[in-house]
Amino acid sequence: MSERIEIRLAGTGGQGMILAGIVLADAAIRDGKQVVQTQSYGPEARGGASRAEIIIADGPIHYPKVLDADILLCMSQVACDRYGMMMRRGGLLIVDNNQVSRTPTAYAVQAPITQLAREKTGREITANVVALGVLVGLTGVVSRSSLEAAVRARAPKGTKDMNLEALAAGFEAAQELMQE
Amino acid sequence: MNRVLMQGDEACAEGAIAAGCNFFAGYPITPATEIAEVMAHRLPQQDGVFIQMEDEIASMAAVIGAAVGGARAMTATSGPGFSLMQENIGYAAMAEIPCVIANVQRLGPSTGRPTSPAQGDVMQARWGTHGDHPIIVLCPSSVRESFDLTVKAFEFSERYRTPVILLLDEIIGHMREGVELPADKTTLNVKREQTLVPPEWYKPFENLATDVPPLIPFGEGYRYHITGLHHDERGYPTDKVDEVEAWTARVYSKIKQALSEVLLYEENGIKQADTLVVAYGISARSARHAVEMARNRGRRVGFLKLQTLWPFPEEVIEQAAERIHRIIVPEMNLGQLALEVERVAGRRKVRRVNRADGEVIKPEQILSAIEGMR
Amino acid sequence: MKTQPESKVHERYLRHSKKFPNVWCAGCGIGIVLGAIIRAIDSLSLDKNDVAMISGIGCTGRMPVYVDFNTMHTTHGRAIAFATGLKLARPTMKVIVVMGDGDALAIGGNHFIHAARRNIGLTAIVVNNLTYGMTGGQYSPTTPLGARASTAPYGHIEPSFRIAELAVTAGAPFVARSTVYHVAELQKYIAQAISTQGFSVVEATSYCHTTLGRINRWGRAPDMMRRLKENSVTVQQAEKMSEEEKKAKIIRGILSDRKDIPEYTELYREQIIRQAKGEKA
Repeated sequence: MSERIEIRLAGTGGQGMILAGIVLADAAIRDGKQVVQTQSYGPEARGGASRAEIIIADGPIHYPKVLDADILLCMSQVACDRYGMMMRRGGLLIVDNNQVSRTPTAYAVQAPITQLAREKTGREITANVVALGVLVGLTGVVSRSSLEAAVRARAPKGTKDMNLEALAAGFEAAQELMQE
Repeated sequence: MNRVLMQGDEACAEGAIAAGCNFFAGYPITPATEIAEVMAHRLPQQDGVFIQMEDEIASMAAVIGAAVGGARAMTATSGPGFSLMQENIGYAAMAEIPCVIANVQRLGPSTGRPTSPAQGDVMQARWGTHGDHPIIVLCPSSVRESFDLTVKAFEFSERYRTPVILLLDEIIGHMREGVELPADKTTLNVKREQTLVPPEWYKPFENLATDVPPLIPFGEGYRYHITGLHHDERGYPTDKVDEVEAWTARVYSKIKQALSEVLLYEENGIKQADTLVVAYGISARSARHAVEMARNRGRRVGFLKLQTLWPFPEEVIEQAAERIHRIIVPEMNLGQLALEVERVAGRRKVRRVNRADGEVIKPEQILSAIEGMR
Repeated sequence: MKTQPESKVHERYLRHSKKFPNVWCAGCGIGIVLGAIIRAIDSLSLDKNDVAMISGIGCTGRMPVYVDFNTMHTTHGRAIAFATGLKLARPTMKVIVVMGDGDALAIGGNHFIHAARRNIGLTAIVVNNLTYGMTGGQYSPTTPLGARASTAPYGHIEPSFRIAELAVTAGAPFVARSTVYHVAELQKYIAQAISTQGFSVVEATSYCHTTLGRINRWGRAPDMMRRLKENSVTVQQAEKMSEEEKKAKIIRGILSDRKDIPEYTELYREQIIRQAKGEKA
């Protein structure tokens, strides 16, 4: 079996976790990788738990869900409490420290994702794209150019520039985090 | 390369359109709504008709009505809606009306867990409507297969004049994968067979050698009768036992004659194996993962993925299991297709791996069944 | 005007390959409605190939098998939904749906009001015999208050639907009511209904002397037929009556004849398909 990278994006309904998952999967396709993206959500369109899972591999992907996340992004305290421990040893936990105050491990990468979204784009709703910038900036699971292309293709009408700014802010934050 | 990220429900809709589907009637229900949404957008672009009916009963009825009018017609639903459609699915079986029903399974019974996957409708797809009747049920386990098997569903429905049921599930329906669809889709277009006889000789339910009398659409000069009552070759109601029996024999025979075409499956590494995993749909994904894990540990495990669930591929199982000692059947229900596997397994041990809680079976569960069996 | 004798007209529309007699009791009103439909179609000079007759379950549901059109006897209550699919696939076809009161308004009530709301070009002919005749006289949505039925041995306590008025309220552009006694009028309304572009409804008030009539000792078929004559008034006559007086009467006439509501299949082609193709181009 080829190596698989398992990514889980967890948050609250309305935060755009599923759309972020779709964008990330789209980027992986553009990189020529195999990818499966699944989701899990409650009946409510806003609020409630929401998560997207993305498996990226060079070869065929059979089991489509996350077994032990290599990368976990938590955009809410509830998500972090629930999934924080469900990770591969040595996996990467990224939390939005505007939303998450307690993490199960001290190794968590803390980024002010919501705050960055508000400051750089004026809209908290772009936090999901800022998060993608942070995640990909830190891990390189997909190439930056593919991710940008995917954001361009998938951003709702009229929000393309704003989302690209959000993405750039995320990459910038990742750069700073790596220097720390 | 033209690989795109596509959802299973979307691929099902695109497969339908590639097959020539020009009519969709449905009612919103999670997790099948996306099929309706894509159809609402795409069908009118090709002169097709999308209609959202007042409920699933009406949807299934409209699909049959449109098919009688000559349309390639389909609907899509999930558990509760599938239950409501059953009576009219029986009508389609009785009147031999080609149509396709996609059931994107969710956890039941009743409202269950609408956003969670399940494979609990395997028996309902076979026996959900009352009375003895043949049916074809196909089950994809990937986004690409959702496309391919929807095309097949239309092909089978027209060729054998029968309703065909597609059993997706919440994961397959909502999952996104990279797919490259055939560039030339014209070859996938499904045509309905014509008759050579003039209207006065035409019998819509004639006992022909092929067992499949052509169905001429209403409005083309062949005026005839269709009923859900048992009927004679002309379609008129009958109480005569010899006519009732002849119909039943013919409709069973037409599927039996077609088994080599209709039974779709994929085998992997069966020749050297002593253990066989038989799986379908989303569980086939877990199973295949588990099989790879077991092989890495030196186990001799074969894998059989069923894409056609009904008619049940008895001979396929028998042949695949020829040198097999143990068969494992993982499914997201409490044992439905396993009952059939057990029926044909003879003295081989059959181990079921089941989950009916809305969570996909984990590869480890299947692996431990493989390793735990003696 | 057609000058052929009536019997000859029927002969041209009945199926000779189908064995008669029919399933209906002697004295039943359903055959009268069938005769009126046939003559109405003949008066419109329609091509038989372009006419479909769709029915559900019950005594009225057996009507299509006898006539030489494209005919379909569907499931209980769902005839309108089947017909909707057929009409969408064959928009130029004249699709006539024949139903009983139980078929159209109890089990099929939802489809009935939605077809009216949608204004799809079907003609619904409801033979209202106030009961479930085929199963033996159970109460239906139009069984009169206080009447006895095989499932209302102590008397019926549910108010009735007024079929034609319900159709008007639900949006049907053409709605008329007559009875099986007033055959010429019934035929005229059916012809008008079939000529309507949108969803048209004709309520043909009838009776069932074999079940409900027998249970309630309402007499034999001729007695019940006479009651249709005596108990019915025209819309114009009804206008002069009090609400209380009207309640006991069958009101005959055209209750709605609107030309301002676009028909569904036409609207679909003109708006949806045109837009979709424009968007694609």
